[in-house]
This record gives sequence, structure tokens and C-alpha cells, in this order.
Amino acid sequence: MGRVTYIAHDGAGHTIELAEGESLMRGAVDNQVPGIDGDCGGCAACGTCHIHVAADWLGKVGPASDAEREMLQFADGAAEDSRLACQIRMRDELDGIVVHTPESQH
Amino acid sequence: MTDTLASRSGPPVTYSLGVFPDAPPTLEAARAHANSQPLADIDVANPKLFHADLVEPYFERLRREDPIHYVVSPTFGGYWSITRYNDIMAVDTNHQQFSSEAALGGITINTVSSPLPMFIAMDPPKHDEQRRAVQPIVAPTNLRNLEPLIRSRAAAILDELPIGVEFDWVDKVSVELTAMTLATLMDFPQEQRRKLTRWSDVATAVPGGGVIDRPEQWVEEMSECFSTFQALWNERAARPPGNDLISMLAHGAGTRNMPPYEFQGNVVLLIVGGNDTTRNSITGSVLALNQNPEQYQKLREHPELVPSMVSETIRWQTPLAHMRRTAVQDVELGGKLIRKGDKVVMWYLSGNRDETVIERPHEYIIDRARPRQHISFGYGIHRCVGNRLAELQLQVIWEEILKRFPMIEVVGPPERVYSTFVHGYRSLPVRIPRAR
Repeated sequence: MGRVTYIAHDGAGHTIELAEGESLMRGAVDNQVPGIDGDCGGCAACGTCHIHVAADWLGKVGPASDAEREMLQFADGAAEDSRLACQIRMRDELDGIVVHTPESQH
Repeated sequence: MTDTLASRSGPPVTYSLGVFPDAPPTLEAARAHANSQPLADIDVANPKLFHADLVEPYFERLRREDPIHYVVSPTFGGYWSITRYNDIMAVDTNHQQFSSEAALGGITINTVSSPLPMFIAMDPPKHDEQRRAVQPIVAPTNLRNLEPLIRSRAAAILDELPIGVEFDWVDKVSVELTAMTLATLMDFPQEQRRKLTRWSDVATAVPGGGVIDRPEQWVEEMSECFSTFQALWNERAARPPGNDLISMLAHGAGTRNMPPYEFQGNVVLLIVGGNDTTRNSITGSVLALNQNPEQYQKLREHPELVPSMVSETIRWQTPLAHMRRTAVQDVELGGKLIRKGDKVVMWYLSGNRDETVIERPHEYIIDRARPRQHISFGYGIHRCVGNRLAELQLQVIWEEILKRFPMIEVVGPPERVYSTFVHGYRSLPVRIPRAR
């Protein structure tokens, strides 16, 4: 288990416990955390779980795959710290991770 | 800018209605035929089956017995039918092996002599550059700005509807609202918006299918469309960048130097994508709610279900029945070998009925657990760019309907589009009952 904090566009925070190996998209959807849709179910195929990873955690999550980068280029407001939440899975190192959700998924 | 459509390509399709076998007379007959026909002979790419709304029994058998299915169509040639949800997603997200390139045949099953290039029918990196040019039009901030306008128009359209008499919902509501929105996005003269509707119908029409009679008519009518848009391009290119689609194309880094036929292709893409699909989902919502009165009742009692109903309608309707790709190398999929150059058709309409992925897929349920888990927008880099605008228009029209009318009553069968691609309606007779 590890903790994930999602900070919404308006500043509201949601912290959840996420089982090891589960994705940050699944954690948000299953815990009714607003701001993440995850239409495709976790295949990096829809781009509706776009998040911004807090600066302190960027180094730990590692780089996006090519497929993920391709989807991210069409996400609204995508930046250097953008990732798809379905492609980040909980592991020890990520316990306490903070991510920001955009105003809306696109 | 001297290139014209007529000079570089022939008519889009050259077949006639007689080529396709007639559809069975009833759903029972279609089911019996689908299940008794030799599996190898099943050929779903028959617009008559779509026109009669009888294709599902054939999809059902393919999903069950041969989900990666090859057949040679007398009209379209050999093609693979991909009918299961997960296989469709696998093809859709694998643009490296399954190309959308117009020069290889583009994104529909139609055998077109030379399909127009448009960004949906391009691979990276060109696709990415051109898509990025128009993407700001459907960005969240722009949609927020558009919503009040869409709402006031929806209200005006609904307030004008006749009460107690039959009328065509497609013409009076679905077409009207979507044409107004598209004209706004393109900064096209509102008073001529029905031209957009006509061009949208013609662009995907099968000659003899009820929209155009002859292949040459396609060239004639689309030439008028393209010359009209060429004039708009010239006008916008000469002005500072604006925030309409034509100006975005005329000034965008990835599009300002494109040749005229690419501009023409993108015009077709934006007209069809921005008009036909939402129009048919608006009509489909009225039909689905009438066929499922308990769902209609639920919606009236719980108007907060509108967004979820909208997603369920988009799944149930699947306004584009398929997208096509071309294999650019040999690929093994589900135990079958797809050869380089093969035409691969992803039947979204079938994927959205896949019993192994979607619970009770044949039922229309407006409060499903995961209503957005449908394949109508496609997946991967070509996923529908205007999906949120489509949802917005459907949500707004239904919020305004529910404020006004407890019932939009369907009073006769719809006339469906004769196409294996556009899955929609030419008309739907309805009546709004007088308040008692």
C-alpha cells in the first residue's frame, strides 16, 4: 500500500491508499476522486487520465513510454510534468506521491 | 492553389445499389441467415444491412466464431472485419503497423480512387502537426465559452417546435443545432448553414443511396463546397489569425502551407466529424429513450443522469460504424495473419456490443456503471478530437428538453442512412403531446 494525493484544479486535495501495482488512474476512479476519467480502462489509449506530477516526484516516476507520450501531446495543457495516471503504478518508492489533476480531461 | 478536386481524382465510389444482396425481410430472418450462412461467406460490409438495421446478427456471429474475419467483398475487395472490443483497441492503438494514410486507402472501407488527405487519414508526424492546428477549438476554455451560445440556440429551436403535430426531429432539431454550432466554429455565414449539412451528407454518400444519384454529382456538389471554402481560406489568410477553424488552418504552423487538396480533405473531415456524428447521436437519443420507456422515465425523474445518458447514447448509437486501417507489414492478430497491404476494418458498432467487455451490451441503460467505456470515439492518436463538444451539445439539448417537454414521442420508424460508415438517420417522425 502507498498513499497518493490528488490535488484538483481548484486546490482541493484527496488522499487515498493504493495497493501496490495498482495504477493512479484506477485509484482515482475507484475512490471517486474527481478530475480523472480513464475512459479506455488503462491502456494509454484515450488520454483522459492526464495528470501533472509534483516536481519532487517527477524523478521517481520515471519517463513516459512512447505510446504515452503520443497521447499526451494531444492533452490540453500538457507540459513537461504531464503523465497518464494509468501508466504509473504504486510501488514503495512512490508512497506519498502528489499529483495535480487538470480542470477537465479531454 | 490551382489544384482542383475534379482534375485529380475520380468519383469516390463507382458501384451501384444492385451489387449488394438485399437485406433479409425481418430481424428473425436476418438472425437465421447470419447463423446458417457458411462462416467464410459472411460479408457485413453491405449498406443495405445498415439501412435496414439488420447487421447486428452477423456481427454477433463473427464476434462469437471468427472475431478476426476475412472475406472478399464484390464491391470493396478483400477486407478483415475486427469485431471484438479488445481487438479493435489493439488495432486502433497500433498506428505503427496499421496505417491511416490516405494514399494507402484512408480510413473507410470505400475503395476510392484517391481519397482526400485529411489529418484523420494521415500518420505521424504530419497527423500530429495538423491535428494540433485545430485542437484549440475544442479545448475546455473554448467549450466553456461556447456553452451559453449552444444553450440559447437549443432553447430557441425547442421553443419553436410545433405541439401536437408530427414533425421530423432530424430536420427541425438535430440538423439545426449541429449546423449552427459548426457554422460558428468555422465562422461560416449562419444563413447558409444548411449548405454545410448538405455537403456533409454528400461527402459520405453512396450514389443511389438517396442523397446523390450519380457519382459525378459528388464531384459537382463537393466542388462547390471546396470553392466556397477556398474563398473563406483566402479571406482568413489575409487577415490576422482568428479563432475559427478556417483561420486556424490558414495560419497554423502545420497547416498553412498545405496543398489545396489537403485543405479540402480537412474541410470534409471537420464538416462530417463536426456535424453528422453529433446529429445522429441527438436523433438516436430520442429513439433509444422511446424504445426504452423505463429509461426515459428514469431520466425525467433524475435529470442529473443526462451526462451518463449521453455517453450511453453515444455507445448505443455508435455514429460511425467503422474505421479502416491498412496493414503496413505482416501482423499476427488473434491467431490470424494479416498481410502487409491488407484492408482492416474495425467495426466500432460491433465492439460496442461485445458481450465479453460490456455488461448487457444490447440494453440501453442510462445509469451504467461505466458509461464512458465505449469505443465510439476510437482509441489512440486518432481518437475523436471533438468528443467533448459532441457530449456538450447532447447534454445541453437534453437539459433544455427536460425543462420543457415531458415527452418527445416517436410516431413512426426512422429512415436510416444507406452507409456502412455513417450510422445514422435521415428522418425520425415525432410528436410532442399537448400538455393536459
